[in-house]
Amino acid sequence: MRIVVTAKYVPDPDLPGELDGFRLRREGVPGLLDPIDQCGVELAVQLKETLGGQVTLVSMGPAVAEAGLRLGLAIGADEAVLVTDPALAGSDALVTARVLAAAIGRLSFDLVICGAQSSDGSTGTLGAMLAALLGLPGIGPAKQVEVGGPLVRVRRQTAAGSEVVECVLPALVAVTSDINVPRFPSFKARVAARSKPLTRLTAADLGLSPDALRVKQAVVAINPAEERTAGEIVADDGTAVARILRVLEELKVV
Amino acid sequence: MPKVWVFAEHRKGRPDATAFELLTRARQLGQAEAVAFGAGASKAAGPLAEYGADTVYIDDNPVYDEWVGDPAAEALRRLVAEHQPDAVLFATLPDSREVAGRLAARLGLTLISNAVDIRSVDAVRTTMFGGSLYVDCRVDDRPALILVRPNSFSAEPAPGQGRVVPVRVEVPVELRLVRRVEVCEDTARGPDLAGAAVVVAGGRGLGSRENFELLYELAALLENAAVGATRAAVEAGWAPPAAQVGLTGVTVRPRVYLAFGISGASQHVAGMRRSQTIIAVNIDPGAPVFKIADLGIVGDARKILPRLIEELRVRRAGRQEA
Ligand SMILES: Cc1cc2nc3c(=O)[nH]c(=O)nc-3n(C[C@H](O)[C@H](O)[C@H](O)COP(=O)(O)OP(=O)(O)OC[C@H]3O[C@@H](n4cnc5c(N)ncnc54)[C@H](O)[C@@H]3O)c2cc1C
Ligand SMILES: Nc1ncnc2c1ncn2[C@@H]1O[C@H](COP(=O)(O)O)[C@@H](O)[C@H]1O
Repeated sequence: MRIVVTAKYVPDPDLPGELDGFRLRREGVPGLLDPIDQCGVELAVQLKETLGGQVTLVSMGPAVAEAGLRLGLAIGADEAVLVTDPALAGSDALVTARVLAAAIGRLSFDLVICGAQSSDGSTGTLGAMLAALLGLPGIGPAKQVEVGGPLVRVRRQTAAGSEVVECVLPALVAVTSDINVPRFPSFKARVAARSKPLTRLTAADLGLSPDALRVKQAVVAINPAEERTAGEIVADDGTAVARILRVLEELKVV
Repeated sequence: MPKVWVFAEHRKGRPDATAFELLTRARQLGQAEAVAFGAGASKAAGPLAEYGADTVYIDDNPVYDEWVGDPAAEALRRLVAEHQPDAVLFATLPDSREVAGRLAARLGLTLISNAVDIRSVDAVRTTMFGGSLYVDCRVDDRPALILVRPNSFSAEPAPGQGRVVPVRVEVPVELRLVRRVEVCEDTARGPDLAGAAVVVAGGRGLGSRENFELLYELAALLENAAVGATRAAVEAGWAPPAAQVGLTGVTVRPRVYLAFGISGASQHVAGMRRSQTIIAVNIDPGAPVFKIADLGIVGDARKILPRLIEELRVRRAGRQEA
């Protein structure tokens, strides 16, 4: 089984984000492989462990994104492709999908795994775009994945709860963090990851025309959201219940 | 006048609340039209017209229910090519996202995600950093494809012409790719979380499932109240995933949001910061939730919650006697 996992390097989601003009600062800030993509790599490695095969990571990002790929390789992926090109900074979801589709299209694969929603851009649309561009059945947001023979069976999240869906391989699955808990790679695995193959490509290497890379949306302003101001903060001196009730009564919800 | 389409999700002909929210905005921007696919779609036409749809494109074919994503994206692609709307609005719901992403890729159009306001078909406000920043975007493609977060607009009825246009799209077998084999609805207790007037929410600070269960008792004593949870509470198994409020969960905008044992992480706040009133109970005076709370109680939620429930019960009993 040949598996491709899309792997995004993101600024640490537990730290307050920083801006660089109208863009998220991606270089010179602590970053890591998006936790959701760590789940994607873990799933791929588990499938490889039971079914055999090969796991390839594909990422688009600045040079520092290599650190994220090395973590994915330490979790157990076999090789990585990094598309890195200044022309790609500020790409929207569609351009990102075109770039990743072009990079993935050069590989042979049975399954593509991506995250259902990245922790920085959070568009939650990349999987659907990628599936459409690659002409694959695509399923997301996946909470459980089973691969048996030519079929993939997935429990996916819906507005009303969840549902089980299936399709035939080759296919794309966009996973949520419910899917597994990624392993923490050993020191040995991290060292081994340093010598696994990593290929760097530019947009030109992928044969993408400037037109395909044109972004048709632009940020025109960034402003703080209307700040909520802190109201009354009081220690519970035995009056907490009375205070809460007073507010609930004023709002007529009791 | 721009033609603004709403991709209306519905369940057996009952439109999702987001369809009404989007139509309310669509008719303020121009001529509002809705599209509904799948079994029962014709039944949805009436309610969609009540919220301003002048035209409702309907395809009742169950092919959309059997196969996820691709058939709806294909049908929408054809309708868009034929009628050339200026914008297509989608709610940020799992199925709509699948359709919007495929449509954008097939038409080669940019797609805006996480919109919270639409000033005109080419001026859209989205958010960043857990909703603490507004990012205003210009859209240079037509139609503008926009995924809007639920509860961004308050639905208000105002009838449109409601002309029903049945459409019949042949869905080729190459687009019957992902088949639904089993549908499970979460056994959500009480009213729908996204539409509740009161949200009673709990986090890790509640410490146990037993304490978390108290939230359901409290909700039962309030008007139109639903229970919400942080991701930490969902991960602990105290609440179903459908109860998660936040960036990767539900966005709510109730009259009052009660937060018990919730720290106020930005990803949680993203889903509740637009609540009208926020009441927070947390044992740590430095908890970030106090920066956004209208009433903050520094205290032990595990003790305050049972007292609050008890007090409400006493009052209710008193009222019944009177
Ligand atoms: C990409 C991404 C997406 C995410 N999406 C979401 C999301 O959609 N929704 C979400 O909720 N989270 C989300 N998270 C997780 C989020 O960052 C926080 O980890 C989570 O919201 C914390 O939940 P909590 O407040 O219950 O727990 P904690 O942060 O652990 O806070 C518990 C609080 O309880 C207080 N406490 C302890 N004991 C008591 C007591 N006896 N009485 C009163 N207070 C007490 C503590 O002081 C503390 O403030 C996301 C994270 C990432 C990285
Ligand atoms: N620049 C990128 N490089 C690699 N994968 C990406 C990139 N951007 C998005 N993805 C993948 O798409 C998923 C969803 O992203 P998004 O649709 O932006 O929320 C992520 O979890 C990644 O798996």
